[in-house]
Amino acid sequence: MTRDVKVSIRELYKIFGGAPQDALTHVRAGMGKTELLERHGHVLGLSDINVDIRAGEVTVIMGLSGSGKSTLIRHLNRLIEPTAGQILVDGEDVMTYGEAQLRQLRRERMSMVFQKFALLPHRSVLENAGMALAVRGICREEFEGEANRWLDRVGLSGYGSQYPHQLSGGMQQRVGIARALTSNSEIMLMDEAFSALDPLIRTDMQDLLLELQRELQKTVIFITHDLDESLKLADHLVILKDGRVVQQGEPQEILLHPNDPYIVDFISDINRARVLRVRSVMKKTSATPGEYAGEVDHDDNLESVIACSQGDIGLCYRVMCEGQQVGVLDMKDLVRALVPTRAADDGLRAKATA
Amino acid sequence: MATYDFVFDRIGLNGWCEGGGESAAGPMSMSDLLAQAAGEDPSSRTSIWELPFPSLDALHNACAAFPQSRELTKGLENGFLAVKDTLKIGLDPLTQPLSWALQSALYVFQTTPWWIMIPLMLAVVLVVSRSWRLVGFVAFCVMLLAFIDHYDHAMQTLAIIFVCAFICVLLGVPIGIAMSRSNAMQRSAIPVLDMLQTLPPFVYLIPLIFLFSVTEPKLYGIAIILYAIVPVIRLTDLGIRLVDKEVIEASDAFGMTDHQKLFGVQIPLALPNIMAGVNQTIMMSLAMVVIASLVSAPGLGVLVLRGIRNLELGVGLVAGLGIVLLAVILDRVTKAALARVNAAHKY
Ligand SMILES: Nc1ncnc2c1ncn2[C@@H]1O[C@H](COP(=O)(O)OP(=O)(O)OP(=O)(O)O)[C@@H](O)[C@H]1O
Ligand SMILES: [Mg+2]
Repeated sequence: MTRDVKVSIRELYKIFGGAPQDALTHVRAGMGKTELLERHGHVLGLSDINVDIRAGEVTVIMGLSGSGKSTLIRHLNRLIEPTAGQILVDGEDVMTYGEAQLRQLRRERMSMVFQKFALLPHRSVLENAGMALAVRGICREEFEGEANRWLDRVGLSGYGSQYPHQLSGGMQQRVGIARALTSNSEIMLMDEAFSALDPLIRTDMQDLLLELQRELQKTVIFITHDLDESLKLADHLVILKDGRVVQQGEPQEILLHPNDPYIVDFISDINRARVLRVRSVMKKTSATPGEYAGEVDHDDNLESVIACSQGDIGLCYRVMCEGQQVGVLDMKDLVRALVPTRAADDGLRAKATA
Repeated sequence: MATYDFVFDRIGLNGWCEGGGESAAGPMSMSDLLAQAAGEDPSSRTSIWELPFPSLDALHNACAAFPQSRELTKGLENGFLAVKDTLKIGLDPLTQPLSWALQSALYVFQTTPWWIMIPLMLAVVLVVSRSWRLVGFVAFCVMLLAFIDHYDHAMQTLAIIFVCAFICVLLGVPIGIAMSRSNAMQRSAIPVLDMLQTLPPFVYLIPLIFLFSVTEPKLYGIAIILYAIVPVIRLTDLGIRLVDKEVIEASDAFGMTDHQKLFGVQIPLALPNIMAGVNQTIMMSLAMVVIASLVSAPGLGVLVLRGIRNLELGVGLVAGLGIVLLAVILDRVTKAALARVNAAHKY
């Protein structure tokens, strides 16, 4: 099933500095971030970004600090103006929008969740949740119902009259999410929304997001520097480095076939058995194998299959999806998939330990 | 023979110097006068240790066509006198409302009987501070002032501060907002604010005395406002610039208009700073209202002035203490209001 493209980023460049257009010609000729800074005193924010964001999916943009993630997401609602390139939302180029159209886009079609919550400290939780509606000129009586509904949904019933500083970080971010949901926009931008939270709360919030996503099918653009988080949430994963996209695609695909030493470094110490799914290592076939030890779901992770097989690598399983066989999983393939891609010699990690 | 004769000889300007000879009858410079009194000829100094700086006066000695520095101040004065009348045409009607405001405030504060005025004031204190202790303290101070027959003067001072501080806020907050929105505006305003704040208060009474007649209340009104408006401008600017960038970004991301952002986010969040500015503005108007008694501002300052002029030690000291009491009252009340704003902003 392929969904419609909701937001499309085309040949987007962003250069910070006094004369970005001049610097752009150098970047187009292939100059890198460090060289541009040393030779011309301009910071390369983003370079030749092409990403299609599909409706109803979670697109995760991942990269290390300074790779341009925040810069990229702020282009989508034009909090930052690009140096060159197009941003198409529902096929319309946002760059051609006038002030009123842009405001309408921000008010009704996109909402945003921030790393440091960015709630209005002088407004109650309810007023914060209803902010998107209040901005449109809807009075409190009318947005109250809607705001309360979403506060309930994120688990904050009864907190409406509190103020943000009276809540814990996790609760404040729930208000941030309620605020984005109340706006009823189809697109949600989340800039490191969970990075400021402690690990347990963070897992909670990720689960909440996935649960909401199953129900609401929004187009979510989620930024993170955390690989586990991106693997958990992503339908489509975009990896940024120094303002360029190094690889994008299905997360399982990237895990199994990383195309850059940078990504190999990134994935080299995750628990592959826990994140890899049966569907990405099985052989696709509908022919029932002659002999099989049992049935596994196509979305199970490898860890659960290993537990099931008691470590016996001679076995073979039928892979099922909604009652139908979709493939066959040989335990030998499973073990092969667990062999980590060797960390690149010239990778970041090698440099760090050298 | 003067020290710098040789300069004019060299470049052949002797003719021009002599041509300007009529200014030789101009006023003598201070150093000439001193030298004359000491019985020495200023041009006889030859030692390098006594070489005068080539100032206007020194050059004038060598070349009569050169202006003396006194002519500079004189020129300034004449220039000011020349534009004064045209300046007045614009300034007079513009500032007239200030005179009216001051006159009516003085009238209201003085004619309202004390048994209405004092409870009213205490009620205001209660409303802004919500503290009975402060109300008690203010009541004590005001009664004390009234008991020693300083009530009328204190009311005059309060009336002037009331009007001037109000106008400072009315003008200062918008100026501060404008400064916070544009760096160019901030860069150009800061030197002016610095000057207003550091210029000795007496100095800007001088042009005002030329412009307006000393009997007009707006004369001291303008002086007080110019002196006291600075902190409220500065702190409004600062307060708005200090508003959390993320919150501003969120306001933009949800499509707020500039107007919604200013009144819904920036001003409310800058309020603690703006209130601190108002507190300082009130304290500075109190300081200035005393000096302004030199130019006919009524109030406790007049008594201080009388104390100095007639060497009436007691009168001056008691009036001075009265001013301290007023200052403490105004400070405590505005601080209490500020504390309440801060409490509402605890984050
Ligand atoms: N206003 C600006 N002026 C100049 N350079 C900037 C500006 N904003 C960002 N940059 C540069 O752009 C690059 C990308 O910054 P960005 O904030 O997008 O990184 P990030 O991936 O979000 O990092 P983090 O994980 O730390 O938030 C950085 O090198 C930064 O120095
Ligand atoms: Mg960032």
